[in-house]
Amino acid sequence: MKRREFIRMTSYGVAGTAALSGVSSDWFGLYGNPTADPGTEGEQVIPSFCELCFWKCGILAHVKDGRVTKIKGNPKDPLSKGHLCPRGAGGTGLLYDPDRLRRPMIRRDRRGTQEFEEVSWDAALNEVAENFERIKSRYGASALALFSHGYGGNWMKHLFHAYGSPNIAAPSYAQCRGPRDVGFDLTFGWGVGSPERTDIKNSECLVLIGSHLGENMHNTQVQEFAEAIRNGATVITVDPRFSVAASKSAEWLPIKPGADIALLLAWMNVIIGEGLYDGEYLSAYAYGFEQLQEHVKPYSPEWAYTRTGLDPDRIRRTARMMAGARPATLVHPGRHVTWYGNDTQRSRAIAILNALLGSWGRKGGFFVPSSMEIPAYEYPGYLDHEAHVADRPDPSQYPLADQVLAQGVCNATIPSGIGDSRIKGWMVYGSNLPTTLPNPEETYRAIQELDFLVSVDVLPAEIVGWSDVVLPEATYLERCDEVFTPAWREPYVAVRQEVVPPMYESKPGWWMARELGHRIGLTEFFPWEDSMEYAKTRVEAAGLDCDLLQRDGVIVGEPGPLYFEEGSPPVFYTASGKIELYSQRLAENGFDPMPTWHDEEVEDPPQGYYRLLFGRSPVHTFGRTTNNRLLSEVMEENGVWVNRKVAERWGLRDGDRVYLQNQDGVRSTFSAPVKVTDRIHPDAVYMVHGYGRKAKKLKQVYGKGIDDAELITRYKTDPIMGGTGMNVNFVTFLRAEDVEAQQEAEGSSVGTEDEVALGVGRDFDPVLNTRAAGKALAGIGAGEEVAP
Amino acid sequence: MSDVRYGMVIDTMTCVGCAACVIGCKTENDTPEEYSRDWIYTLLQGVYPNVRMAIESQRCNHCDNAPCVEVCPTGASHYGAGGTVQLNPEKCSGCKACIAACPYEARYIDPRSGAADKCTFCMHRIENGVPTTSCQEICPTQSIHFGNLDDPDSEVSRLLATREWYVLRPDAGTKPKHFYLR
Amino acid sequence: MNEITNTRHNHLIDPTMHVWGWEIPLYLFLGGLVAGIMIFAGLRALREEREKPSLALSLLPWTAPVAISLGMFFLWLDLEHPFNAWRFYLAFKVTSPMSWGAWILLGVYPVSILLAWIDTPDSLKVPVARWIAPGSTLGKLDTWSRESRRLLGGLNIAMGAALGIYTGVLLGTMAARPLWNSALLGPLFLVSGLSTGAAFMLLFGLSERERLFLGRADMGLISTELILLFLWIIGLATGGSSSQGAVAMIFGGPYTAAFWTLVVALGLLAPLVGEALELKHGAVPGKGTAILVLLGGFALRWILVFAGQDSGWVTEIAMR
Ligand SMILES: Nc1nc2c(c(=O)[nH]1)N[C@H]1C(S)=C(S)[C@@H](COP(=O)(O)OP(=O)(O)OC[C@H]3O[C@@H](n4cnc5c(=O)[nH]c(N)nc54)[C@H](O)[C@@H]3O)O[C@H]1N2
Ligand SMILES: Nc1nc2c(c(=O)[nH]1)N[C@H]1C(S)=C(S)[C@@H](COP(=O)(O)OP(=O)(O)OC[C@H]3O[C@@H](n4cnc5c(=O)[nH]c(N)nc54)[C@H](O)[C@@H]3O)O[C@H]1N2
Ligand code: SF4
Ligand code: SF4
Ligand code: SF4
Ligand code: SF4
Ligand code: SF4
Ligand SMILES: [Mo]
Repeated sequence: MKRREFIRMTSYGVAGTAALSGVSSDWFGLYGNPTADPGTEGEQVIPSFCELCFWKCGILAHVKDGRVTKIKGNPKDPLSKGHLCPRGAGGTGLLYDPDRLRRPMIRRDRRGTQEFEEVSWDAALNEVAENFERIKSRYGASALALFSHGYGGNWMKHLFHAYGSPNIAAPSYAQCRGPRDVGFDLTFGWGVGSPERTDIKNSECLVLIGSHLGENMHNTQVQEFAEAIRNGATVITVDPRFSVAASKSAEWLPIKPGADIALLLAWMNVIIGEGLYDGEYLSAYAYGFEQLQEHVKPYSPEWAYTRTGLDPDRIRRTARMMAGARPATLVHPGRHVTWYGNDTQRSRAIAILNALLGSWGRKGGFFVPSSMEIPAYEYPGYLDHEAHVADRPDPSQYPLADQVLAQGVCNATIPSGIGDSRIKGWMVYGSNLPTTLPNPEETYRAIQELDFLVSVDVLPAEIVGWSDVVLPEATYLERCDEVFTPAWREPYVAVRQEVVPPMYESKPGWWMARELGHRIGLTEFFPWEDSMEYAKTRVEAAGLDCDLLQRDGVIVGEPGPLYFEEGSPPVFYTASGKIELYSQRLAENGFDPMPTWHDEEVEDPPQGYYRLLFGRSPVHTFGRTTNNRLLSEVMEENGVWVNRKVAERWGLRDGDRVYLQNQDGVRSTFSAPVKVTDRIHPDAVYMVHGYGRKAKKLKQVYGKGIDDAELITRYKTDPIMGGTGMNVNFVTFLRAEDVEAQQEAEGSSVGTEDEVALGVGRDFDPVLNTRAAGKALAGIGAGEEVAP
Repeated sequence: MSDVRYGMVIDTMTCVGCAACVIGCKTENDTPEEYSRDWIYTLLQGVYPNVRMAIESQRCNHCDNAPCVEVCPTGASHYGAGGTVQLNPEKCSGCKACIAACPYEARYIDPRSGAADKCTFCMHRIENGVPTTSCQEICPTQSIHFGNLDDPDSEVSRLLATREWYVLRPDAGTKPKHFYLR
Repeated sequence: MNEITNTRHNHLIDPTMHVWGWEIPLYLFLGGLVAGIMIFAGLRALREEREKPSLALSLLPWTAPVAISLGMFFLWLDLEHPFNAWRFYLAFKVTSPMSWGAWILLGVYPVSILLAWIDTPDSLKVPVARWIAPGSTLGKLDTWSRESRRLLGGLNIAMGAALGIYTGVLLGTMAARPLWNSALLGPLFLVSGLSTGAAFMLLFGLSERERLFLGRADMGLISTELILLFLWIIGLATGGSSSQGAVAMIFGGPYTAAFWTLVVALGLLAPLVGEALELKHGAVPGKGTAILVLLGGFALRWILVFAGQDSGWVTEIAMR
């Protein structure tokens, strides 16, 4: 009897059964089939906004019996529109993480060893206050630096402004968006902001330069990405890796890593050469077209081919696609753009390309955002800061940096480092510096030089193990923060509210800032009782109903004109008041006024080595969620993506565990499984950032996978604004069996955290960025031995 | 609900495989740790650089012709409201015949109850007037569509009428009610 | 090249399905064995006895209820929700072999026990019989069954056959598991059950005549089993991609060695040859071959249950 016949027969059977069980069943009324209810619907549903990443989507938190059962999107919120990314949906995994910091702690042993004593809040805060005052009196206020990432950091920034230190840095600048914002500001006199003003949903041709939307899960961007696809937009993705976005694209250009400027110039060459640009737009708004026209002449697709490995015809074809859809063509500016140290120029090239297509200020390109006017809280003026910010000892360095450079502050802490050591104390809020700044050894060395380090965190992350005082913060679901008034399609204000009271002895950041303020004589800067009162004051000063805001989570205003064609005025805050294709400002500072290709800027991987690339998993945010039990169910370890052919050459099979060793002989602390794949360029390997964690108290993620940061011993600093290009490291494979056998033999395994961190016995060179190049080449001999 | 036949239409053109639907289901349905009712399946075909990838959010297909129901000796697995396939833990003996009989490996034993379990199409929501499932609701790309296949005007019906689609393992003869748009 | 990833990792399901452990093959084995014992006992009841059976033979039917109870115990052990086992008897599902099985098992007890009872030599019955008053219900049952020996024989054959076939159909109807999905599994398990039944009986002190009969029968059964196995494999090999993937498990796949050595070589060919030689040289079938048959019968079920679970539906790559 064939399967089909059987199925058919049984499906007749079903009828029979139904009848039969109908008869046979109602015996003893045991046959009812009630619908089971998991009972997760909240007794209260409280609106707030998410902090699993920095996008700040509006959420609805369901609370039942005092527990948050589930988190949904807030349909009224302009960013989430009722939908969430997996991380936002998994917020309870952070709230109920068993490894959370529970009580304030003070170090009782040398830094790096997690020897802490739990103390009262009073004791902890007094300790911090004393050190703040001591540092101020001995070295001046600016000897204290703040690293801050995340919305709760605003309270600490306020504290520092009041205290009088200008050294307030965030890794989201020099390790992330900095070059993009400077590049666009140089061109249009505007940054693209966050949330970005990209009109993705209306674009008819979307060009992604690395931006891996779909893995990069910035909710609204991904929502609009899907909408664009539904609307039939053409997607062109440039990425050495077949990203999810690439899989949705009409054209995937598997570019040689680092060659994007060459491609962008070739596109300009075609668009200008074939007269496909938006002439009217340019003559109306742009400055320097003639120079650009001359400038890009040599950059033909054929010329670009030798740099990018991309077929000239495809370069032409894609250029025409872009021009065909203009001005509704969006060449996405990207976000994490600190790749090769020439990133401001690459961002400039992207900005200029958008200008040629006339997409800035146009539908389907970049819209003109508006934000809600909420008066600031009335404080006595902040103290005058010392003119000199510590991140750039030599003022001529990185002349166009418009924010404090985290790496600079870090270096300014090391006497032997760039410049003298004028930083003596750090406060680190919501930033895990050892996995965030390039070359962790540099960071650890700086930390060893500190008089005092206090960290504010929710988890026992690496940075916590290095702190003198640890302040456990309440999670975003347990606190009210500053109101959120982004520049977006429509002006609106969102509120973060306490969904459940703080667990354990954790406290919200605003409370810590206020307590510290009072302790160091800055009482007048903390007149409010709590953050809700603060928020209420601001919201009502704007004439808005705070109760309504608390009930709905957001108050949305009337959108202004979004595009030039809708009457939004075409203003450009550049020197010339125009879109600067040619940048006088760059010229004056001795940089290429127009993006230029320099062959020496991107070197090839040494024999047997592969360029280390890294990015996002949709279910995780850096290391901040990799300990989240809920999210780890989907991904609990990162793998190393290796091109199939390369893997074959190395005899690596899918799932084989390897350690990675970089050009400076630095070997990963832990191993990870190889993902043998046809999705990546043979020159590169790829990893998801946020794994290979060394903090033993992160019980879920400790030792799982490989940490890209520890292999990033080299970085190229962008001369224009100080961004740290981190895609400049090369790694080779070591079989886990071999490494572990050797460790057995030496009796050495993973040591204490500081040993692990400082990679005992490694020679340390604080000025690695350029000098390490020589070192790398020296390291290759070893590479060849292991190379097939 | 007799005239209703619930089904899902999933747009593989827009699904990015982010697994929000997986987390959204776990929290909505309080599924046991390390178990999930829906999952992300990806298939890459080709050789670098000529590759293509299909991403599918998968779960119980609520088959019209469900072997899991047929093999169930106790009637715990049954055809429920709206043409869905449901499970009554009270009746389940944990014999696991339904698990072996499902060509989609959509079921598992809930270690807390010892009863088989799987996607319910969020029937507890639907019956309480919530119009849609949790995975559909959370999806950032709105790639999941849930509705009445028997209503020609429903969104799902319209999508099936206007777009190219496929179902999983059609030759298993199960008549699945999950449709994947190309 | 096809690269597949899946975020699912449900216990007992991923990476490969293994919901059924050692309990099920053991249960299936005992089920088959009992089927064999019952059928042989039934046949005996139908035939006019020319000479007195050996004591062992007349007592062997008792092993049926005992072995089936043991089997049901293992089945029960495998349930994840054992205290809902009674739910089997609140429903009858035409389409569910398990449901059929549950009810068949109920039928097995009375018919096997009654036949065993009447076949037990009166001398041995005395201690019990003493308590049975002639007019009482038990008494009536006793006299009725003595009079209906042939009927009971028939019932034992019917029930035994049902039991034997069901143990195979249980797996055979699972379209989702290509390795099992064959109408031949029912007959295969029945025949294998009969052969293990015969082998089991050979372990006891039977008369020479009885041994020769069972020996011959067993040879026939083993040959039939080999043919059925062959047909089953052909069926899979010529089936769809899923079936071919499944049969590959015993052709180069993880179960190849076990299947060909334990089941085919040791469990079937060796005893076949062994018994042939024994009979050729006028010797009576010995216990050695019998033990091989029993082991082979168990190995067959063990391997089928485990390999079958692993055999999944091959994804239709082309569709995407
Ligand atoms: N090697 C490498 N380095 C990178 C990147 C990379 O991809 N690879 N990415 C770069 C980019 S784009 C960025 S934006 C930065 C991000 O850099 P970081 O912001 O430092 O990112 P995380 O490593 O997630 O560190 C977040 C820390 O904040 C803690 N935290 C989480 N929630 C809260 C909270 O509510 N309150 C407090 N007080 N703490 C909290 C977490 O426990 C964790 O320790 O990293 C940059 N550096
Ligand atoms: N799920 C999730 N989403 C996130 C985050 C998260 O942690 N998790 N973090 C958020 C933050 S803070 C940021 S900054 C963004 C970052 O996300 P994005 O800005 O979108 O991406 P990047 O991290 O810059 O780059 C990663 C991609 O660039 C490709 N790439 C690497 N080198 C090159 C190259 O030389 N040329 C080209 N063309 N491509 C290259 C990689 O293959 C990878 O696909 O993501 C945001 N969204
Ligand atoms: S994008 Fe995801 S993680 Fe980030 S805020 Fe929105 S929901 Fe939260
Ligand atoms: S949530 Fe939506 S986009 Fe994400 S995996 Fe599920 S279906 Fe695909
Ligand atoms: S998918 Fe599996 S569990 Fe769901 S109805 Fe079909 S057979 Fe049953
Ligand atoms: S496990 Fe439960 S639901 Fe599945 S077949 Fe057995 S009794 Fe039915
Ligand atoms: S429909 Fe409901 S139960 Fe089924 S997968 Fe989606 S959320 Fe889970
Ligand atoms: Mo970032």
